[in-house]
Amino acid sequence: MKAKVYVTLKPSILDPQGKTIAQALHTMGYDTINDVRQGKFFELNIDGDSAEAVRQTALEVAERVLANPVIENCRVEVE
Amino acid sequence: MKFAVIVFPGSNCDHDTYHAVTDVLGQKAELIWHSDTDLRGADVVVLPGGFSYGDYLRSGAIARFSPVMRCVADFARAGGPVLGICNGFQVLLEAGLLPGSMRRNKRLEFICEHVNLRVEQTDTPFTLKASAGQLLRIPIAHGEGNYYAPPETIEKLETDRRIIFRYTSPTGAVDEMWNVNGSVASIAGICNETRNVVGLMPHPERACEQEIGSTDGRIILESVIGAL
Repeated sequence: MKAKVYVTLKPSILDPQGKTIAQALHTMGYDTINDVRQGKFFELNIDGDSAEAVRQTALEVAERVLANPVIENCRVEVE
Repeated sequence: MKFAVIVFPGSNCDHDTYHAVTDVLGQKAELIWHSDTDLRGADVVVLPGGFSYGDYLRSGAIARFSPVMRCVADFARAGGPVLGICNGFQVLLEAGLLPGSMRRNKRLEFICEHVNLRVEQTDTPFTLKASAGQLLRIPIAHGEGNYYAPPETIEKLETDRRIIFRYTSPTGAVDEMWNVNGSVASIAGICNETRNVVGLMPHPERACEQEIGSTDGRIILESVIGAL
């Protein structure tokens, strides 16, 4: 099964990369884009019978390794 | 006195540290490969700078799972002095041996230059020979040294006097203008609760000989020699 893990900076953490991208988009004329937050995306192929077990495994590695809980949040989707 | 210098794939200050400890300070040292599970009787452990595992995922995020890190954690828990320099500091943060995390530098640039550091506390094995408020000129070389911890953690670090080094002006004033990478409270280095684990972003091993610009880093490595 495939698990998708999204890692994003916590809202309280400043994202200078996102800000730089937003500025570039403004320069290109995209005035309606107010803010950009950059994150990470992982696809994990996991053996398992139940979506719940796969989700648990993905969440565990997301919290242990893929995200740094001091500054990042993570979210898991199973397909 | 024997130093263990841990070598991860991608460490690049391991030999500088080895040179500073052995050739300059006249101590014994051994390079320990990250897959080793024995510190070979070392009295001090140094996690050197570099780009362990190419900084993939996050700086230090993968190195912290290296087999040798279990020995380093045991050594630290037993009270052994551990110094994390630059990437070594990032590994200690990821390993949970020190609190907080690193963000990209505030201007998103890799910064390689000498900075002014103020020694805030002298009761750690790595600042024992320094005096409180002493200014050191030591180079930094990093892209992710913008220290962050939540406000309650910063407050605890302040109360417990665990902020060991700060970036300052040439006269020792803490000022946002001299906070080179944007770190919270101008933090350049901290220690753990038991004060035996210290991490800092600047490179003392690159400031041990006048020929390369400064000898101010020696006091950090010399302190631990006197500490045991």
